[in-house]
Amino acid sequence: MFKPELVNTIVDAHQGPDGLLTILHAIQEEFGFISEDAMRQIALRLNITRAEVYGVVSFYHDYRTQPVGRHVLKLCRAEACQSMGGDTNAAALLARLGVDWGGTTADGRLTVEPVYCLGLCACAPSAMLDGALHARLDAAGLENLAQEAL
Amino acid sequence: MRIYIPCDAAAIATGADKIAAAITAEATRRGVNAHIIRNGSRGMFWLEPLVEIVTPQGRTGFGPMTVADVPGLFEAPATHPKAVGLVEEIPFFAKQQRLTFARCGVIDPLDLDDYTAHGGFAGLAHAIKLGPAGICAEVKESGLRGRGGAGFPTGIKWETVRTAPADQKYIVCNADEGDSGTFADRMMMEGDPFSLVEGMTIAGIATGATKGYVYIRSEYPHAIQTLNTVIARARQAKLLGADIMGSGYSFDMEVFVGAGAYVCGEETALLDSLEGKRGQVRAKPPIPALVGLFGKPTVINNAISLFTIPVILEKGAKHYADFGMGRSRGTMPVQIAGNVKHGGLFEVAFGITLGEIINDIAGGTATGRPVRAVQAGGPLGAYFPPHMFDTPYDYEAFTKRDGLIGHGGLVVYDDKVDMAKMARFAMEFCAHESCGKCTPCRIGSTRGMEVMDKIIAGQEPEKNIALVKDLCETMKFGSLCALGGFTPYPVLSAMTHFPEDFSKAAIKLAAE
Repeated sequence: MFKPELVNTIVDAHQGPDGLLTILHAIQEEFGFISEDAMRQIALRLNITRAEVYGVVSFYHDYRTQPVGRHVLKLCRAEACQSMGGDTNAAALLARLGVDWGGTTADGRLTVEPVYCLGLCACAPSAMLDGALHARLDAAGLENLAQEAL
Repeated sequence: MRIYIPCDAAAIATGADKIAAAITAEATRRGVNAHIIRNGSRGMFWLEPLVEIVTPQGRTGFGPMTVADVPGLFEAPATHPKAVGLVEEIPFFAKQQRLTFARCGVIDPLDLDDYTAHGGFAGLAHAIKLGPAGICAEVKESGLRGRGGAGFPTGIKWETVRTAPADQKYIVCNADEGDSGTFADRMMMEGDPFSLVEGMTIAGIATGATKGYVYIRSEYPHAIQTLNTVIARARQAKLLGADIMGSGYSFDMEVFVGAGAYVCGEETALLDSLEGKRGQVRAKPPIPALVGLFGKPTVINNAISLFTIPVILEKGAKHYADFGMGRSRGTMPVQIAGNVKHGGLFEVAFGITLGEIINDIAGGTATGRPVRAVQAGGPLGAYFPPHMFDTPYDYEAFTKRDGLIGHGGLVVYDDKVDMAKMARFAMEFCAHESCGKCTPCRIGSTRGMEVMDKIIAGQEPEKNIALVKDLCETMKFGSLCALGGFTPYPVLSAMTHFPEDFSKAAIKLAAE
């Protein structure tokens, strides 16, 4: 639920010339995504255009403009994880779940997002489930991890 | 009983927190007084989670640990199946020359006293005595070059900011470590974070900057938390703020969290991002040293450059410069990753060959198959085939072979890798991450991906390979920054050294 007063509180807590990214991080943390209403409110409070806010939101991969599933699984797609079969495992999981990158399962339980490097490159392939890191994920390991969320 | 269990993100990802909980429970059950210290990682990731028990001979290691291995630690540690002996005698560790990483994995990262007991803040004390011009001269003499990849002499950058007149200057630490195969910044932020506080404070004193920002990527939540904790502790101990150590100099710093854009690792895009804007690359000149953050003179250094400053000031420029070869002085924290048997952080003086690192130190691939390619320097770095493994690890030697050291990452591939697919991925990644400001990068990467698809599908391979090569020339010389400018490195190196992968589809089609 969008709560304008909550947006105001967040904006007030992060004043300063560099505040927009920090504000957006806090909004997404609070609401799970950044809605049109939130963007309008931020623009109003910072005295910048909605286009400027939207420009920043759409530029950065972290920011979402749509709600996500109850759990978020980020799978690393970068080279080191590919060298250990991460791309093959990820493709198999996406096919089984019937979703594409960024998609959410029909029951709304799990969203699978790509991430380009979690810095665990010597223990590849790696993933992050709801903020918790997992490494050395072979096909079975990845399937078990997804099952935790399903 | 003193036990070290890493709090490094890679150790946690492989189960270190579960091991710590199991050890605590087992010690309680047995009535043993176990003092657990969460250290950084030693950088031997095939052994993580690596538990260390303090003995009169030194710290003995056990790894990779599982919960089932825990009771054995209390019963017969000497004959434990996961025992690896004295950690500092493991060849991978013993062969290193650790200067920047000397404390990483050794100390408790959050303990200021432990940091000080291991030489911490000795560099800052010496820097205060030298004064701004003296510090810049020392850093110049050390030969330290930017560890982000560009290799620009750090001392010269500092001198430029020092002599620039301004009412406000900034120190910005680039910890947007987005290259696949790299984790040195992360390890240091999690394993020895006070040395970044010390390094940035020295930079501040040297240049007259009173405010610092650490730009950390959001993919590193542990590093963000650790750094925030130590900054607060340093402030409390009056090591940040006004009149540091009674010197009259003031400096403070804070963490800024990125939002998942690879291009923000480019210094000018990072500055725009730090100003709360889209992370778009700025045209140079003016250089950030003169017109940087909020238009003020700004030192923007890679995290590893700043992490290396304390040891240079503590032990002297000459000590540091005595390591290395040619114009590459000192040591490089090489990060060995991907399909590799012994992956991890290997800090060594410049001059070691690629082959020594991959074959002797890292022991080849994890799968046990032959090494086919190594990508050096992240997603924008060239692929090296084994016949070029005699290349010494040195900025100029890599450039001569159309490659780059970058941030020190090496990603190893076995013989199952499809290099045409990797070349396509390089274009795809560039298209995904392009900031959109310049045409060669924004459009070139998408067109490159499409043409690579045609090559992979076997459509007019000769004509399309020539087209990709031509496109790479345009991107190389026409792009505003290294994202578009260096994407041709992996693409062209894959084509040059592994041509068979680019005609495979065509041959297959012809045979049918």
